[in-house]
Amino acid sequence: MSQFVYLYRGGRRAESPAEGEQQMQRWVKWLGDLAAKGHIKDQGQPLEPAGKVVRSKGRSITDGPYPESKDVVGGYTLVEAKDLGQAAELAGGCPIFEYDGLVEVRPVMEM
Amino acid sequence: MELGEHLFRRESGRIVASLSRIFGLENLGMAEDVAQDVFCRALEVWKLRGVPQNPSAWLMKAAKNRAIDLLRRERRVRNIVGDFGHLLESEWTLVPTVNEALSAEAIKDDQLRMMFSCCDPGLSQEVQVALILRLLCGFTILEIANAFLSREAAIEKRIERGKKALAASQRLFDMTDAELHSRLATVHRALYLLFNEGYHASTAQRVVRGELCREAMRLGASLLENPMVATPATYALCALMWLNAARLRARVDGYGDLIALADQDRSLWDPALIEKGNYFLDESASGSELTEYHVEAAIASIHSNAARVEDTDWARLVWLYDTLMQIRPTPVIALNRAIAIAHLDGPERGIDAIRAIPHGERLASYPFFPAALAELELRAGKLAEAREHFRAAAELARNESERRFLELRAEATAR
Repeated sequence: MSQFVYLYRGGRRAESPAEGEQQMQRWVKWLGDLAAKGHIKDQGQPLEPAGKVVRSKGRSITDGPYPESKDVVGGYTLVEAKDLGQAAELAGGCPIFEYDGLVEVRPVMEM
Repeated sequence: MELGEHLFRRESGRIVASLSRIFGLENLGMAEDVAQDVFCRALEVWKLRGVPQNPSAWLMKAAKNRAIDLLRRERRVRNIVGDFGHLLESEWTLVPTVNEALSAEAIKDDQLRMMFSCCDPGLSQEVQVALILRLLCGFTILEIANAFLSREAAIEKRIERGKKALAASQRLFDMTDAELHSRLATVHRALYLLFNEGYHASTAQRVVRGELCREAMRLGASLLENPMVATPATYALCALMWLNAARLRARVDGYGDLIALADQDRSLWDPALIEKGNYFLDESASGSELTEYHVEAAIASIHSNAARVEDTDWARLVWLYDTLMQIRPTPVIALNRAIAIAHLDGPERGIDAIRAIPHGERLASYPFFPAALAELELRAGKLAEAREHFRAAAELARNESERRFLELRAEATAR
């Protein structure tokens, strides 16, 4: 088994609380299923959309990443899968696609 | 853990009511923003981390933190008085004050106070109901517009009007106010309207409108929890809601068409709701005041407790409608009375009673007026008259499911 990080990018916000609850329930179900099959190493954390971007040894500190950008990373999960192919396939069930977002699947670098 | 149905509906009302006690009603928008923000964050976190053991406590704690942040920032730029005034000015008292204000016990009362605030008699009933749905039930403007079949802009306006009145009153309604009992009557009326709006749902809006019934019942139950407002009339109102709600499931068929009471599959009626409704009705029978809710609940109980349509106690129903006509004489009640008379004394007597309805012309656009005549003509064996009346009724139908129902009845006369 190898490790992969899912980076959740973009995805619009729910238009009503009722839709938000539905959205959330779908995520809980999807991650719950992955966990039940032993694929979840760390369920991860959501990230605030805006922070600071630091460059040039700290001489440039700006607001960012660009909160307007539609593919800002909103959270991550650490998963285990056989290979990159399986990790990508498992990401296919993520509810984020129904809300115009995407999942970036990145293998954790091994020794 | 599984989320209860519509967590946000419940929690948003609690958070908005409690925070508006802290911020003051003139800063209601702040309270709404916090509730909205807290919920959005909760969903982001729960999405990945799972729903916590006690989601209500999680939300309330998040609301507390957000409120404290906001107060630190806003107290310099705007005047925040609320119920606590200067206690919010110093760091020493800010946190304990907010903690205290958002304790479980305080929160319960705040919701009631907000409900009473929304029912300001200076506001029209439609404004009161829109405010209740927005502030206590967390409905979006769009959801309210769908529920009332109106445009968003119209609802937005109603809510703005209501909020202005709330801001002018500055503080939540004080439950020790001398006006408590007259205000309670306005609250009853608003919940009654809310329930009925949901009960007479059309097909397309059935889902959201079913929620209106549920919300009216939830708010009614919260009145029963407070001894000051758990009056016989409150019990009667709850009895009426529970007993009618018990039949909701049987009111439409698989195609979304309405089913007449006599033709409903009574095994679909909800026995738990009937039992609770009967209990509320028993509890309502004290004191000297007989309200229309008492009578309407008694009527609902006769229907809901009749195992078969033949078991219906029509004599008692006629008597109850007579009583209701004394309290609130309306053509619709007179029409229902005539239908009960027809069951008791035969269709001809019922037709006479319909023709004798005072101000019957006010029913001219009410589809169930010609429909009732049609049913009775049908039972009296006058098929042609019946068909004509059913067709007239179908012309007046207010929604697709009423129209289909009435057209099917018209067709049935051809057999």
